[in-house]
Amino acid sequence: MTNGTPAIEAVDVSRSFGGVRALTSATLTASYGEVHALVGENGAGKSTLIKILGGVVKPDSGIIRIDGADVTLSGPSAARRHGVETVFQELTLFPWMTVAENLLVGSEPRGPTGLIQRRRLATNAEQVLDRFGVERIDPRALAGSLPLAQRQILEITCAFMREPRILFLDEPTSALAAHEVAWLFGLVRRLRDDGACIIFTSHRWGEVSSLADRITILRNGAHVATRPSFDEHEAVTLMTGRTIDRLYPNKPPQPVDADVVFEAEGLSDDVLQDVSLELRRGEIVGIGGLAGQGQRELFLSLFGARRLANGRVLVRGERRNLRSPADAIRHGLAIALIPEDRKTEGLMLPMSVRDNLTLPVLDRVSSGGVIRRGREQLLVGGAIDRLQIKTRDPALQQVATLSGGNQQKVLIGRWLLTEPDVLLLFDITRGVDIGTKHDIYELVVRLAAEGKALLYYSSETEEIAQLCHRVLVMREGRVVAELADAEADAESIVAASLREAAPA
Amino acid sequence: MIATEAKVTPPVRARRPSAWERRRLAIAHSTPLLLAFVILFGLTGLYVVLFYRQLHSFPGVFEWTSVVNTAVPTVLVAIGQSIVVVTRGIDLSVGGVIDVSNSLAATQMHPGLGSMLAWSLLILLLGACCGAVNGALVAYARLQPILVTLATLAILQGVAIRILPEPGGAIPTSYSSALASSSGPWSILFVLGVALLWLALRRTSIGVRIFAIGNDEYAARAHGIPVRQVKVITYSLAGLLAAGSGLFLAASTTAGDAAAGDVYILTSIAAVVLGGVSFFGGRGSALGSIAGAFILTVLTNVLYFAGIDPLYQSFFQGLFLFIAVLLGSLLGRLVRVRS
Repeated sequence: MTNGTPAIEAVDVSRSFGGVRALTSATLTASYGEVHALVGENGAGKSTLIKILGGVVKPDSGIIRIDGADVTLSGPSAARRHGVETVFQELTLFPWMTVAENLLVGSEPRGPTGLIQRRRLATNAEQVLDRFGVERIDPRALAGSLPLAQRQILEITCAFMREPRILFLDEPTSALAAHEVAWLFGLVRRLRDDGACIIFTSHRWGEVSSLADRITILRNGAHVATRPSFDEHEAVTLMTGRTIDRLYPNKPPQPVDADVVFEAEGLSDDVLQDVSLELRRGEIVGIGGLAGQGQRELFLSLFGARRLANGRVLVRGERRNLRSPADAIRHGLAIALIPEDRKTEGLMLPMSVRDNLTLPVLDRVSSGGVIRRGREQLLVGGAIDRLQIKTRDPALQQVATLSGGNQQKVLIGRWLLTEPDVLLLFDITRGVDIGTKHDIYELVVRLAAEGKALLYYSSETEEIAQLCHRVLVMREGRVVAELADAEADAESIVAASLREAAPA
Repeated sequence: MIATEAKVTPPVRARRPSAWERRRLAIAHSTPLLLAFVILFGLTGLYVVLFYRQLHSFPGVFEWTSVVNTAVPTVLVAIGQSIVVVTRGIDLSVGGVIDVSNSLAATQMHPGLGSMLAWSLLILLLGACCGAVNGALVAYARLQPILVTLATLAILQGVAIRILPEPGGAIPTSYSSALASSSGPWSILFVLGVALLWLALRRTSIGVRIFAIGNDEYAARAHGIPVRQVKVITYSLAGLLAAGSGLFLAASTTAGDAAAGDVYILTSIAAVVLGGVSFFGGRGSALGSIAGAFILTVLTNVLYFAGIDPLYQSFFQGLFLFIAVLLGSLLGRLVRVRS
């Protein structure tokens, strides 16, 4: 850490969005030669602060200083002139343009005629990609055709390529696998050792404590503490403002002789290969494996959202043909699926919390086609209490203005109202803060205790290990291992996902 | 986790595609464009066949000249429309710009190189200014493109009626023969010219920015692209091209009509649709729209020689458009599944 003038400072910065206060008086000071972590719950204001310092959002009040001088950032290009680069949480790639065009937009190589030279564009981009160790991304591919992790890597490369003096990374690792995170950390450390200032956010405490030289905690849009390190328990308390003794609740005993409510046999198509599973009442079954091994396809197929070539599904012992999600809902299934990029598929963002919650049960709350507000209110109130959704007015507040974690709660809450027997939960804790995670875990366990059958996938293996009674490990569309409760710790799940990775 | 962290592998494991795969992807990417040209050639063949069946001869210089001269105004306005559509906008006012430029040319232009040149430039400039006003309202006042251009369309239509209350006026014959010569399909040179300009535009920074905005306006802003200026330029180009279209129309019909442009509002959009330019923005080529403009022109001839009652013409045009779009979407899905 260097002394002297801080690289970038935010002093008492505040900002509201349509009456919702995102930042009340946030303060952040970061120096050259340090990696600074910015942590806090969803809705604590991390992203807003980064957007303000990156020039995308203007603060309502407060002072921004770069190299000790007060600055007004009129836009992202103004921030860039001060040497500030930002990797935003929402990716800023152009999906229908090539990787090369994305990398070099604004600095394309020109020929003697002044026109852009396509061939040099591609070779220049190739050089950039090679320099950052991402040789395998094709500069001529359309950015939108890359898998999410590669898009994130491309976005990161774009920022590093410009050799920033101050770099913001807003949840850069949320879509990355372990070896990709290691790659990013290598780049960050190298840039820091060159004297730059890097500020990043992450919900993974392990990443924060291993990478950060200093940590700033935000809560409810205000600065709480800045120190070189915190122990995890202390940090969680400061972030949430409450004490969470144990992150994972006790799971209810495994129901060995309960009825089988849901069975799938021999599901196959172009991705899935002969997948079979059964769920008992009160059972939480985990789906493990590396990312992208057919888990998502499995969940969608079980919910009737994908057409299967082969296999059958039995609900409460009876064979059911799930041709659409409507069929699945009718037979007592529900799904909460958080897509990789968290663009909350399935929520009507401009509509209110109430309307989003009651959408699948409109028939039940209306008589003769007219919605009975009283009945509706009862259901909505119940769901909000049960899930502890933080909303000021469910009938008026748009879902779009909720924080990410609360949006994810709404997505789950909606399906609870349909009173399903079987819940398919796909990565429901992706990108949510530790407090919300804790709430969601408790809910999952409570639902199992109530006798619901749950199928649970998460991109965090530890979660699966802690919450599930049994774990099915998937690889290349197949179930390659089944681990019973006693043997299903995170290491053995990872080991099982990798075991047959080498071709036989 | 522990097992994988020990050895640091490069972040992306997939290999770069081979030249063959790349070519296949490029073809998949330009399916809509290719489809537009396939339809155009198919339809042209049909025209020749029908023509021969009726008249026992092949279409000659006169017929091809007429096809090209009829198509050029649509081509010009369709290219402008494409540029706007690429930024996820739409410009209805192109019809009004054609009305005004057409009426102005028919009333103001006199024989003599000076007058013709001066009025042509003035009218083109006026078109660009109208476009700039649209662009400013869209970009700075943040109004919806369809609302803005609907309003400016009505205003321009009103202005055109003031300039030329009844169809008529006159265009210097030298102007007509210079632009829309009836001795041969020389005006195809205009089409080639604008096609080349389009290809050049694609390789300028303004071209890249136009596409970037259509891809993702937020991302474009985050990349430091001056989104508002680029939008003003986009609509100005559309206005400029619409004015050019009005001038050419005046030259080829040798007279003016204050309502001449109205039909081009919808044909320009139809040409863009046929050309495969995505209305979701950021994707497509004006070359496709050029093909689209020709498709619409040849289609009228095909319907005529197929002996279809002119009263039903628009019915069949609609049907054709519907089938073409359906075909494009099916083909697109097919290619996506395979790649």
